[in-house]
Amino acid sequence: MTHSLPPHRPDTVYFFGTCLIDLFYPQAGLAGMELLRRAGLRVVFPPAQTCCGQPARNNGYMDEARAIALRQMEAFPQDWPIVVPSGSCAGMMRVHYPQLFAGRPEAPQVGAFAARVYELTWFLVHVLDLKLEDKGEPVTVTWHGSCSAQREMGVVDEPKRLLRSLTNVTLVENPRETECCGFGGTFSVKQPEVSAAMVSDKVAALESTGARHVVSGDCGCLMNITGAAAKARRDLTGSHIAEFLWERSHGRP
Amino acid sequence: MDAHNSAGQTHGINSAHKPRGDFTARAPAALANPTLRANFRRAMDGLMTKRAAQFADRDAWTALRARGAAARANALARLPELLERLEDRCTANGIRVHWAETAAEANAIVLAILREAGATRVIKGKSMVSEEIGLNHHLEAHGVTAVESDLGEYIIQLAGEAPSHIVMPCIHKNKAEIAQLFAENIPGQPYTEDVDSLTAAARRALRQRFAAAEAGISGVNFAVAETGTLVLIENEGNGRLSTTLPPLHIAVTGIEKVVERLDDVPPLLALLPRSATGQAITTYVNMISGPRKPDEKDGPREVHLVLYDGGRSRVYDDAELRDTLRCIRCGACMNHCPVYARVGGHTYRFVYPGPIGKILSPQLEGLDCAGDQPFASSLCGACSEVCPVQIPLADILVRLRQEAVRPSATPAVKGGGSQAGLAADLGWAGWRLVYGHPALYALVSRLLARLGNLIPASVPMLRQWTRFRTKPRFAARTLHELAARGGFDRE
Repeated sequence: MTHSLPPHRPDTVYFFGTCLIDLFYPQAGLAGMELLRRAGLRVVFPPAQTCCGQPARNNGYMDEARAIALRQMEAFPQDWPIVVPSGSCAGMMRVHYPQLFAGRPEAPQVGAFAARVYELTWFLVHVLDLKLEDKGEPVTVTWHGSCSAQREMGVVDEPKRLLRSLTNVTLVENPRETECCGFGGTFSVKQPEVSAAMVSDKVAALESTGARHVVSGDCGCLMNITGAAAKARRDLTGSHIAEFLWERSHGRP
Repeated sequence: MDAHNSAGQTHGINSAHKPRGDFTARAPAALANPTLRANFRRAMDGLMTKRAAQFADRDAWTALRARGAAARANALARLPELLERLEDRCTANGIRVHWAETAAEANAIVLAILREAGATRVIKGKSMVSEEIGLNHHLEAHGVTAVESDLGEYIIQLAGEAPSHIVMPCIHKNKAEIAQLFAENIPGQPYTEDVDSLTAAARRALRQRFAAAEAGISGVNFAVAETGTLVLIENEGNGRLSTTLPPLHIAVTGIEKVVERLDDVPPLLALLPRSATGQAITTYVNMISGPRKPDEKDGPREVHLVLYDGGRSRVYDDAELRDTLRCIRCGACMNHCPVYARVGGHTYRFVYPGPIGKILSPQLEGLDCAGDQPFASSLCGACSEVCPVQIPLADILVRLRQEAVRPSATPAVKGGGSQAGLAADLGWAGWRLVYGHPALYALVSRLLARLGNLIPASVPMLRQWTRFRTKPRFAARTLHELAARGGFDRE
């Protein structure tokens, strides 16, 4: 497990919205913040936040990644947990920030920052012990966990636990859940054919569950999977888990 | 197997033609071959299932893996010293040790040993290093016939192809393809898809080769410095025959295969076959510690060990990249790789395919000719997760991307900087400018929210994306805007 529990239940948390959510899925980000606020927390959204820097790091542009990482650290100065609605961005900040600054003078502050980073569903389950009342109609869904959530953040069961706690939701698991959907950031455009083959198989595996809706904790995967499904005219929609949980338990934010 | 994939594949990594950006160019043809796709998918699914059954106990796996990784890390940390000790112990055991820095040197050494013994008929056990140096080709050009005795290697030798997997070299072929190949190449063999009959045909053909061989050539899985022992594992008995039946045995291996103590072998032996084929142990475990002694009735009269560098010392020189050399060649990374499973081993072009190949080929051959390989990954991390010796493959892929675009001051990898370009540099400079200045980002992101959907799908990146997916839609308001409206605190 990559996370460790904070010493006590915090009353204030930071929210890191991620650049993809900011531009393409803001309702998912807002839903994540509402879930935290409804649980009684003060949720702080620093407007100086932009992007975790992962695109630069993954393409080998380490100076650029470090520059952006430092700006994010400046934007989150207080000692509060930083909740991130993405395993991928959380993995960047939790796992790769310390690697990027290893042996540099900033390393101690970076380490302290990284230790405050939490993936949203892990935080909801383990820190808040969130209980949800399902107000929605009966529905069958399947789950897609991102590679970073599973392998970098150790988030595997938490989102599925939340989905199962909804009384009218039937979760059918994908037998190929651990296989990558083929997004991989710029990989999807640098190796378009390979990425397309992977996402086509992913869509087929998700459809094989019988569900017509996939829930995920990462918007990169969602954009890839639902975009490929729509292009191939498949009957498969998707949503971010924060938005799904909020809509089921509250209604649209 | 399609012609595209097999064309010009016989000499492996040492081929005179050094491709550039070849993976990207070759992938679409492999993806468009349904037989190849099905062969790999089926095989990889089976291998993953078998491996998972062997490591069902997570705690036992974690503990065993830590021991295996420690044994390999220790060996590499003290590589020069252990190689000297290995040479001393082997020499004391009667094994003659040779050092080769380049493929040409290694080939020349092997040929000279064979010539001195007057051997022209060679039987070979499986060896990826021999593929790496193009040994068969070299021997053939100098009048020596080398026949592969591993069934998979034998099949691809008949087909004139290169291995598509480091453990199962002919995994890209199905039963029907092998039946056809045998019917065409083995005298008296009719077309049959009966596996027992096919195996029996290969066995009959190979028995004659074993009996007639004047020398055996093999690889090495672990070379134990403490005792001068060469450990070789295999399932068909061909390794044992190749190393004991002919009067001369030449083992060829990379310098990184050394381990310090005999005690390092059990955890590695427990990890290797389980990771590779889902077997608890291979059918044969050979521990070779020298030629036939005066009172012994069998075994080779001469044993040679060729220790091959081939660019490994350069990998060793970089503390981070050095972890690449921990590899025990189990192939688990390729079995679990979503890219490898779809494009197959030949698409990688070099001897080592899959994730380990993506980090090894650019380091051994140079980023100038294998530079697109580190980028041909979604960084999903499945490889790092299953690696039995904890090689951080995904992190090394990223490090090689860095060397490809922004090489270290003293270039750590040959051909460093070969993927750099002005357009990419400008793009990342622009990215840094926007994401590094919150006020500018606020302006740009709000503009995109209002006007972004007018961007045509024909612009670079979006053009590639929309070939297989719908165009993503910018939301009308950014989360920054919604958070402010929703009454969330700013600090």
